[in-house]
Amino acid sequence: MAKENLACELAIIGGGPAGLAAAIEAAKAGVRVSLFDENEKPGGQLFKQIHKFFGSKEHQAGIRGHDIGYQLLNECQKVGVDTRLNTVVWGIEDNKIGIVNGRTSRIVDAKRIIVATGASENPLSVPGWTLPGVMGAGAAQTMMNVHRVLPGTKVLMVGSGNVGLIVSYQLLLAGAEVLAVVEALPKIGGYVVHAAKLRRAGVPILTSTSILEARGKEAVEEATICSLDNNLSPIKGCERTLKVDLICLAVGLSPLAELCWMAGCKFKHLPELGGFVPIHDENMRTTLSYLYLAGDVAGVEEASSAMEEGKLAGVSVAGELGYLKKDEAEEEKDRIRKRLSSLRLGPFGDMRAKAKLELMRARG
Amino acid sequence: MKEKAHLLDLSQDTGIIPEEELETSPGYPSKADLKKGSVVVIECTEEVPCDPCETVCKGGAIVVGEPITNLPRLDPEKCNGCGLCIPICPGLAIFLVDATYSEDEAAISFPHEYLPLPKESDEVEAVNRKGRIVCKGKVIKVRSPKSYNHTPVLTIVVPKKHIHEVRGIRRLNKGAK
Repeated sequence: MAKENLACELAIIGGGPAGLAAAIEAAKAGVRVSLFDENEKPGGQLFKQIHKFFGSKEHQAGIRGHDIGYQLLNECQKVGVDTRLNTVVWGIEDNKIGIVNGRTSRIVDAKRIIVATGASENPLSVPGWTLPGVMGAGAAQTMMNVHRVLPGTKVLMVGSGNVGLIVSYQLLLAGAEVLAVVEALPKIGGYVVHAAKLRRAGVPILTSTSILEARGKEAVEEATICSLDNNLSPIKGCERTLKVDLICLAVGLSPLAELCWMAGCKFKHLPELGGFVPIHDENMRTTLSYLYLAGDVAGVEEASSAMEEGKLAGVSVAGELGYLKKDEAEEEKDRIRKRLSSLRLGPFGDMRAKAKLELMRARG
Repeated sequence: MKEKAHLLDLSQDTGIIPEEELETSPGYPSKADLKKGSVVVIECTEEVPCDPCETVCKGGAIVVGEPITNLPRLDPEKCNGCGLCIPICPGLAIFLVDATYSEDEAAISFPHEYLPLPKESDEVEAVNRKGRIVCKGKVIKVRSPKSYNHTPVLTIVVPKKHIHEVRGIRRLNKGAK
């Protein structure tokens, strides 16, 4: 029996920092917004980010991620966003999305759609990587900070980007011991202040070093690490074995863009942004006129820029649907773009800023 | 063989800002300034977009300005040693050094988020930037008001000769055995 389609003006897929920020901006302007998230709670990864954010006051600097999460949820409620949890979006075609909640599947008609599905952690396949106790650093962070389960007490962290460094520090806070952080490249990937924090706690950070193998009977018991040469090949005789019960992989993230592929968006491959990224313009609009993006799905960065991109997409949609005057919307978008570009300054942001520009140029 | 030594030495210097780089960075007070009394030491040498230290400093002693990736610039004359910048720094990269604490001792304040916290007058192990124990220290202050947002600030007293070195203490819960 065919059910009648549900309808909204703006459907947002994903209730993390980008999706929530987009929902708030659009609903504030008067847009009828429905937000879909497959999890039982909204907030995306914000609630496991117990560290204080970088940036400036307008980016909520100095405030811890989970507190920003609560602020966003409160605002969403205030402006009346229709939030549908435990709801998986399984497809997009033209202005329609398919949703399923439990056993109920529906089609939702939406004038505009914002995809804010985030990113997923990259795996690293070494012998033994399927043993229990080998997991993404983000997974370990979710277990300890959201579910309050410490997944291991003696840890090897693979990858020294900010995720690897921050999660290592939080593992120490939770009472675990981090035996080492290993980094395949000759240089630490993340901020030196995060690295310095770990060093003060006595954690070695070994560059030009990687994991060769994880071993254990029923779960991880030890890991072999090894020095790498300039071609990132292991140097014979430079192996070392560490007794660990947890190996965290922090080797990058990839945009979760399946829905965009399905809808027919054009993509560009930009390693600086995590791989294949849907092409979008400076209003966050993809190559499909009804489909917008925000956050890591539009190129992997961090939560502060995800929120700004969400606002940008939300204001763009509100302007286009006639809820904001043209110049009003343009002024607001310029303010957001200014904040966004300030987050992409410096040696770390510059690469992302350039890649984003390339992405926008690709749209033509 | 060189690489082997490199790997086996778990104490390689990665992740530690070299002292020369620190001393020439705009957030680091001069040796003369350090001698005068309580002054903050900002160990922030990478251009990342961040400025809460500037926002929190009521005396205008820390300036980032525009662009936001400027390194924080310290004016030691304007720093009254209030230490509000210590818990607000998301990188936990700000310390307070008072070389005038006593004839031969200095007081060093630093962020310390590890639990359990030591208590005032406890003896602790003071560590350097590599986490190596440098000397014993005595805790004189443990501050964690609500405004610090779960970043307690400890003040310990150590022999004056270690002021350029001591930047924390060995955490009391050293992890699983």
